[in-house]
Amino acid sequence: MGTSPEVFREVLAALGNEVVIPPRPNRRTLSLGTKYSPEFACLPYKILMGSYLEAIEMGADTIVASGGVGPCRAGQYAPLHELILRDLGHEVDVIVFEPPRLDLRDFLGKISALNAKGLSAWQIIKLIQAGLKKLGALDSLERLSHRVRARELVRGSTTPVYRKALQLVYAAQGAREIDEAYSRAEGLLREVPQKSGYEPLKVGIVGEIYVLLEPSANLEIEEALGEMGVETERSIYLTGWTRESKLLGKPGRYNRTRVKEVAGPYLGEMIGGHGQDSVGHAVMYAKRGFDGVIQLAPFTCIPEIVAKSVLERVSREFALPVLSITLDEQTGKAGLLTRLEAFVDLMKRRRR
Amino acid sequence: MILEALSQEGTLEGGRRRGMDEALSARTAAGVSVGIPRTLFYYTYFPMWKRFFAELGAQVVASGHTSKQILDDGVRVAVTDACVPVKVMHGHVLDLVAKKVDFLFLPRVVCTNRRTVYCPKFLGLPDMIRSSVRDLPRLIDVRFDARAGRLELLRAAFKVGRLFTGNKLRILRALGHSLTDLRRYKRLLVSGLGPQAAMGALERQTGGQATGGLRFAVVGYPYIVHDRYLSLDLLGKLRRLGVEPVTVEMVPPRELSACQVLRKDLFWTYSDEAVRAAHYYLERPEEIDGLIHLTAFGCGPDSVVDKVIELMAKKRQAVPFMSLMIDEHTGEAGLMTRLEAFTDLVRRRKRRGAAERAGAAKEASSGVSGIASLG
Repeated sequence: MGTSPEVFREVLAALGNEVVIPPRPNRRTLSLGTKYSPEFACLPYKILMGSYLEAIEMGADTIVASGGVGPCRAGQYAPLHELILRDLGHEVDVIVFEPPRLDLRDFLGKISALNAKGLSAWQIIKLIQAGLKKLGALDSLERLSHRVRARELVRGSTTPVYRKALQLVYAAQGAREIDEAYSRAEGLLREVPQKSGYEPLKVGIVGEIYVLLEPSANLEIEEALGEMGVETERSIYLTGWTRESKLLGKPGRYNRTRVKEVAGPYLGEMIGGHGQDSVGHAVMYAKRGFDGVIQLAPFTCIPEIVAKSVLERVSREFALPVLSITLDEQTGKAGLLTRLEAFVDLMKRRRR
Repeated sequence: MILEALSQEGTLEGGRRRGMDEALSARTAAGVSVGIPRTLFYYTYFPMWKRFFAELGAQVVASGHTSKQILDDGVRVAVTDACVPVKVMHGHVLDLVAKKVDFLFLPRVVCTNRRTVYCPKFLGLPDMIRSSVRDLPRLIDVRFDARAGRLELLRAAFKVGRLFTGNKLRILRALGHSLTDLRRYKRLLVSGLGPQAAMGALERQTGGQATGGLRFAVVGYPYIVHDRYLSLDLLGKLRRLGVEPVTVEMVPPRELSACQVLRKDLFWTYSDEAVRAAHYYLERPEEIDGLIHLTAFGCGPDSVVDKVIELMAKKRQAVPFMSLMIDEHTGEAGLMTRLEAFTDLVRRRKRRGAAERAGAAKEASSGVSGIASLG
């Protein structure tokens, strides 16, 4: 999802696998996925189903997926995907990575199953380290792009530069090259002409991890808001806050214990997925004086439904505008933009 | 650990109400009423909870049976995307608010078997209710997680009991008696009584039910299957069609937890039980003639459960399967038509099966003579 597939491709290829990356999720992916998924499965399930089918068309015989311990449904999805794919007559292997702390041997076994070239343990660790580093760089770049885009002088001038900057980082090999590529990419972004003295509205974006991270699933909402002159901050990035705190010298803000603490009075239980994080982050954004919070949730997402219910109370108590957006296979971009414009107008009026 | 501490901090012992606690204990709980919603956990634990509170001297008030009024109230206040059962729960809470109970018992039940947990919407229930319902009575939202250790039940019982009495022995006795009631209740369920009949039987012994020519397994969550309004009285309709329904509760608990049905167990207790019960009945095609999965609109776990059961039934081919989804406005007539069609299909299939078996038996004997003549 998001910018990460390129990195996973690289790691798996270095292990000696022929890697097939399905196309960026599009109309066809979604209609394929919807056709073969349970009606009330959430959007990420359907997109994955479609992507798996597309990958199988392209010749994939093994699917690598992530597991989970619940109680969010995502942890059950890989086994269900496999059941359905087999029922459709596709003889694919599904390798599901569960958290290593549950069963370390199982985790290592799965890595060695993917290690076609027979790399040594040390080489694999190096490989994963480099992969993580690159993911971190990509996340930092994306975060920066949200700041720059909100202040761009010419509307729409940031996005092409951001794309170019991503390519630089994608192409880098090894730790040193990644660092170099990152600083060049960062320079490129900072050179985008910006309005001076402009204080953009600040909006926190919370919600379910897949639709937060995959722009094609959230209809590029951050890009759209940025081009309306709104600066966004997102609750979840794949690699957390570590890299930014190191590079820019800011204190690391991401701390899950703290998020739980803040969410506690409103949602006192880890309910799976990122439900509690959504509430905790919304409270934190409110306390930091943000102009509003947008919650992104796939239709039928259980933890986010609970969060949505609780966010009503957060919104009431902090007088914080909250917009909950439910995404499904029917969501259209025009409708979304209208809602966003109305929300931005509301925040502007409140500020005056 | 942090979680545990947090939940204790943020819920039952929420600081600003601590003063009230003591005042209540002083009043020796006489005439204090505790409201229990007649949905979700009701069908699994009500007899236990009722006995517990009654022994502590509290008056137990259950909300009314699910009705159009309760459903509409729930739909009005609950978050739009919630599933029907959670909306109904909101309606039951409003009913209890209107009945002016002193306490509302809404425990945060996380895990009861050390293996699976409950659906995220169950886990977040007290928080959702707090956010959506105004003028709530005092909420008893004690957290229960069987994975926390052997003394968890005792801890929870004392925490709740303390609100009513300072006498620890009395709490202990109440817990003991309520557990006995729960065991008896579960045995009655396994013996084939429905929850209402079993609860009645706990107080006075009543007889069983009439049986028909066919037997269907109806799998699904107790708060849907046994809620006569929500399920449009599916079980009663089946009986009137001459079908004897058997449910998840009638599978002996030991059988239910014995087998590994899926490569990865489902996370959610009620869902896990539904899938295991479906497996149990599918493995015994001689005992049942049809399998119905009853699910509610918007239920998250059921998107997985329904597909899994469908694929299980498809693979075995032995038992006809139907999935029924109910929502806020399922029409009675539509459900009846589908049930009749399904029942007819099963009946025809059974007759044909019997005829074929008879034919096959004849053929087998004539087959031998055929070979003999060839020789």
